Amino acid sequence: MNDSRSTSPSSDGLTEYLEVEGSDGIFSHAWNQLRKRKLALISVCILLVLYTVGILAPLVATHDYTETNLAKTQAAPDLENWLGTDRLGRDIFSRVVWGIQTTVILTVITSLTASFVLGLAAGMAAGYLRGIVDIITTRTGEVVSVFPDILLLLIIVATVRPQFKEFGYWIEDNTFISGVISSGAIDYIVLGVAFLPLSWFGSMRLIRGQTLAIREAPYVDAARSMGVGTPKILLRHILPNVITPLIVSVSFGMGGVALGEAIISFFGVGVQPPRPSLGVMIGDVTARTGSAAVETLRNHPEQLLPPIIVVWLMIFCWNILGDALNDILNPRAR
Amino acid sequence: MLIYMSRRLLWTPVLMFVAGLFVFWLASCTPGDPAELMAGQRADPEAIERIRDRLGLNDPFMVQYTRYIADALKGDFGESYRYRGRDVLELLGPKLRVSLELNIVSYVVTLAIGLPLGFWTAMRQGTWKDPTTTTFMLLVYAMPVFFTAPFLILVFASWLDWIPVSGWSGMFSTQAILPAFTLGVPGAFVFMRFMRASTLDVLGQEYVRTAHGKGMGQMTVNRRHIARNALLPIITILGFSLAGLFGGSLVVELIYGIPGVSRLLLEAVFQRDYPVIMGMTLLGATMLAIANMVADIMYSVIDPRIRLRA
Repeated sequence: MNDSRSTSPSSDGLTEYLEVEGSDGIFSHAWNQLRKRKLALISVCILLVLYTVGILAPLVATHDYTETNLAKTQAAPDLENWLGTDRLGRDIFSRVVWGIQTTVILTVITSLTASFVLGLAAGMAAGYLRGIVDIITTRTGEVVSVFPDILLLLIIVATVRPQFKEFGYWIEDNTFISGVISSGAIDYIVLGVAFLPLSWFGSMRLIRGQTLAIREAPYVDAARSMGVGTPKILLRHILPNVITPLIVSVSFGMGGVALGEAIISFFGVGVQPPRPSLGVMIGDVTARTGSAAVETLRNHPEQLLPPIIVVWLMIFCWNILGDALNDILNPRAR
Repeated sequence: MLIYMSRRLLWTPVLMFVAGLFVFWLASCTPGDPAELMAGQRADPEAIERIRDRLGLNDPFMVQYTRYIADALKGDFGESYRYRGRDVLELLGPKLRVSLELNIVSYVVTLAIGLPLGFWTAMRQGTWKDPTTTTFMLLVYAMPVFFTAPFLILVFASWLDWIPVSGWSGMFSTQAILPAFTLGVPGAFVFMRFMRASTLDVLGQEYVRTAHGKGMGQMTVNRRHIARNALLPIITILGFSLAGLFGGSLVVELIYGIPGVSRLLLEAVFQRDYPVIMGMTLLGATMLAIANMVADIMYSVIDPRIRLRA
């Protein structure tokens, strides 16, 4: 039960709400179904391990991610450095662990804000209220979807970062909070903001379509005629019916967010050093050119492989899980 | 139908206008303005003010934007901040062509692999071949480009020495093979999945059963009744999926050393060379919008059922 909840990390309140509702809640049903699918179950386990490692990064990492050891660069894996060291003698295992944390934070931030808050609210409002609200949200989404994804990410990150950095310094100067900049918190916020316009539209459109269909259902009509207010109808009657497709789409989207972060960090625009991220590690090793990447892959494959395999697993497992959830939660869509 | 098409044609420019406005607004939010940049660090405030006046930077925001769009419509996207005296279009043009070529070749690869495979797996639903192929393609799809690109170079160029890499000499040269596969094969999974679903849909239709009942051969039914109808809904996603290719193509260009927009765009983003970013955004978005529109119109032209309904 707990496991199935952790696959939709942001829907805690909703999950509990749904569980109380049915005698055999939809989530325990989903979990029972999920247990029968081997590949999906393996994916869930891998994701659980990755996310646990990410959250517990300070405990799991054997070294500090900035600690360099110039006496031992480009070393092969041994007992001290489990995955070897990079060209500055930094421990690759620890850097991958911290990199996973970056990905974990970002995927959770974006799915929380973009899909479960913004997309859900805008979609339900547009679908249920129709009229001007619908027109505004749909048209805004259309404008955003005009841009190629990565291009939009790059532009927003480049524009927004200086402002947020200013703000970070201001906080450090004027309040007792310190270490805002060095903790990399600013980077996460910047990237979260950049992913926002990309991610909300998909879930908004999905929720809007679902809501449009459900608002005509007899039980919604009945509730309305009994004088139930709009907020209560949205929460009690619409929400439980639109939440499962959203969970499926978020699950599919998580891999995309992980890849997006890796790509823009690879370009050097995403998470900034010294904070490690999987994309930064790949970019560092390949020096953002092909020949170096080929050289590394030929001579030191242990440097390029760990971050790549993690990104690969993230995308693969989230997709497998999304597929399985789609079969289980939306039987009609099959 | 005509109403629909003209509405689309009128709406797209509005969309572009608003999208451009967004980027223009972002540009105006960043600290430091082009006048200071052009005047250099030790320029006196009056000189900066003069440049500002000359560039029209003191005008209200909307006036500036309207002027920019008016110029852009004439093909003048302004002058790059970084490459002084170089027109944005002149900088972007040749690189954009290379990127476009790369994307087209990769797209052909994607379709050539994805569609037949989707059809094939749908026809074998229920056997072990279907889930195995799907899972395998998902593995390929999930493989990040940073891995496939150097790996393929290593195998085919370094070890086997079959294909030359790095650089670009047209869509039909051997150099295009590796980048096209790197970029195209992962995307095939998406089309395979759509094609599989749409084929399964068609398989359940009455007319397929009728065709079989008439005693038509399996091959004829496959070709004439199933494949043809299954391909129809695919057209609508043709436009959308183009957008997804672009991100990957930036990485692929960098790793294979293809002289596309990648490096120029990254430089522009790092140094906030907004004329270049603006030009790139508008041109990219226009292409995407046109692709979407063409796909939509094509769909209604090919499928008479849609045309009649609209």
